[in-house]
Amino acid sequence: MSGASTYQPRSGFMKWLEARLPIAGLVYSSFVVYPVPRNLNYWWTFGGILSFMLIVQIVTGIILAMHYTPHVDYAFNSVEHIMRDVNYGWLLRYLHSNGASMFFLAGYIHLFRGFYYGSYKEPREVLWILGVILLLLMIATGFMGYVLPWGQMSFWAATVITNLFSAIPVFGESIVTWLWGGYSVGNPTLNRFYSLHYLLPFVIVGVVGLHVWALHVVGQNNPTGVEVKSDRDTVAFTPYATIKDLFLIICFCLLYAWFVFFVPNYLGHADNYIPANPGVTPPHIVPEWYYLPFYAILRAIPSKLGGVVMLVSAIVILAFAPWLDTSQVRSARYRPLYKQFFWIFFLVCVGLGWLGSKPAEGGYVIAARILTAWYFIHFLIVLPILGLVETPKPLPNSINEAVLGKGAGITPQSAAPAHGDAKV
Amino acid sequence: MTSLSSAEPTRRDFLYIATGAAAAVATAASIWPLIDQMNPDASTIAAGAPIEVDLSPIAEGQIIKVFWRGKPIFISHRNSKEIEEARSVDWHTLPDPQPDQARVKPGHDQWLIVIGICTHLGCIPLPHQGDYDGWFCPCHGSQYDSSGRIRRGPAPANLALPPYQFVADNKVQIG
Repeated sequence: MSGASTYQPRSGFMKWLEARLPIAGLVYSSFVVYPVPRNLNYWWTFGGILSFMLIVQIVTGIILAMHYTPHVDYAFNSVEHIMRDVNYGWLLRYLHSNGASMFFLAGYIHLFRGFYYGSYKEPREVLWILGVILLLLMIATGFMGYVLPWGQMSFWAATVITNLFSAIPVFGESIVTWLWGGYSVGNPTLNRFYSLHYLLPFVIVGVVGLHVWALHVVGQNNPTGVEVKSDRDTVAFTPYATIKDLFLIICFCLLYAWFVFFVPNYLGHADNYIPANPGVTPPHIVPEWYYLPFYAILRAIPSKLGGVVMLVSAIVILAFAPWLDTSQVRSARYRPLYKQFFWIFFLVCVGLGWLGSKPAEGGYVIAARILTAWYFIHFLIVLPILGLVETPKPLPNSINEAVLGKGAGITPQSAAPAHGDAKV
Repeated sequence: MTSLSSAEPTRRDFLYIATGAAAAVATAASIWPLIDQMNPDASTIAAGAPIEVDLSPIAEGQIIKVFWRGKPIFISHRNSKEIEEARSVDWHTLPDPQPDQARVKPGHDQWLIVIGICTHLGCIPLPHQGDYDGWFCPCHGSQYDSSGRIRRGPAPANLALPPYQFVADNKVQIG
């Protein structure tokens, strides 16, 4: 869907540069004149928000790395040094820790948008799979980052999660020893997690590049799920999508700032302000909120290997959504039955998250098993069958018809915005 | 941006300029912490607080080295010969002209306190060496006299003086 670049360099310098490295033309064709559906709503701004949060995390992370010491004897104190001594250290630390939460919040919203509007369906399967890969990379990065302060939760989360690999038959124990670099979580573990935590965000940057490339080849989905048919269905990315993204980034930052400045430790766990003690396990080990649904699934399965398999499957199954969903209609707007199952699925995920924060006892376990079962039923049974039996609502003929009404006398919109446009 | 064809600025112009100004201020305010965090932090500043040195164990003719803010500081208990040599030369002819009296505290002429970093490229000069009864820098051959002034060699300036004051006759606070 990427149109031919119409970038015409005007200055002598830009002509010279463009002939050698056409980066200005690339930016122009990808983010200025690039056509986007004119009916995109605010759920489409979360890609931009995620890019913004990635930059924030990288910048604050690199700065924190100037002051942090990745050694078991110094790590905890170096974080306190950042909080107390380093100029604006408290701000940088809270930006980074709450930034991770905001990153996952935006990521999950972005994912659920995909589910609601069928953005994973043909021809966006690769785009979707790249997104699942990004989710996996985010989970790995966030996990290793949480270990670095070397508090009680850091240490025991590291112990629990690395111990998961011992469930692998035959090679499990050797793999765990190899991950640890020792006979338990210790200094070698902390050092390598620091190195990889610094590395993975740049891997994420690379995969985001592929993700945006894949997007620009097929073009955005839109709330109707009806593909773009003509120029009348689209507007130029700049200024329309640019300003919409910027506006919601600012609103998102308000929420982010509220956490950072007023309740910076609300999303965290108090036990992580206790230095790591390999001899004492905290009474309730819980991961950060963004891992809770997966944690609930892990603990719901009675078998050790089974729990690990289900945990991994819960994420990997997302990648198969394009093929599990048999519906010819993309958007839940026109799928009344699917819409209800979507919200049930959403509540199931929230419920699993809540259960992940509870001790694995009694009624909580039963509830977690029911919700875990439903999670997989949604993918393996509901999605395939629904597409075959559901009667969708009639789709609009085109995007601009859905937005502007049938046969309305509208002036054809070219890719560049007309000067002095009174209204859209 | 629409260019003004008539005299009256429009509301749109005002909004553009106001938004641009607000964005500039917001950007500057956001960037400042990212830059300031690299400045010395509170623990580094605390570690660089002034130190007190007791001068009584230092014999006449002896030079000791202390550290303050990570820099070596020579404290030289000069004898009368060294003071005389420092003052007898015409200081106007020196590469970095400065009288010896300006390099010591009045009434404490025997105490020379200088930062022991060669003003050429930063090596620590060796005391009691060189032709001027002062310091000799082995890196590139700069020679300083008994007042720590550069006499010969590539160094452009005299050995620097740290901030210090006498809190008692035999006790000095550096910093």
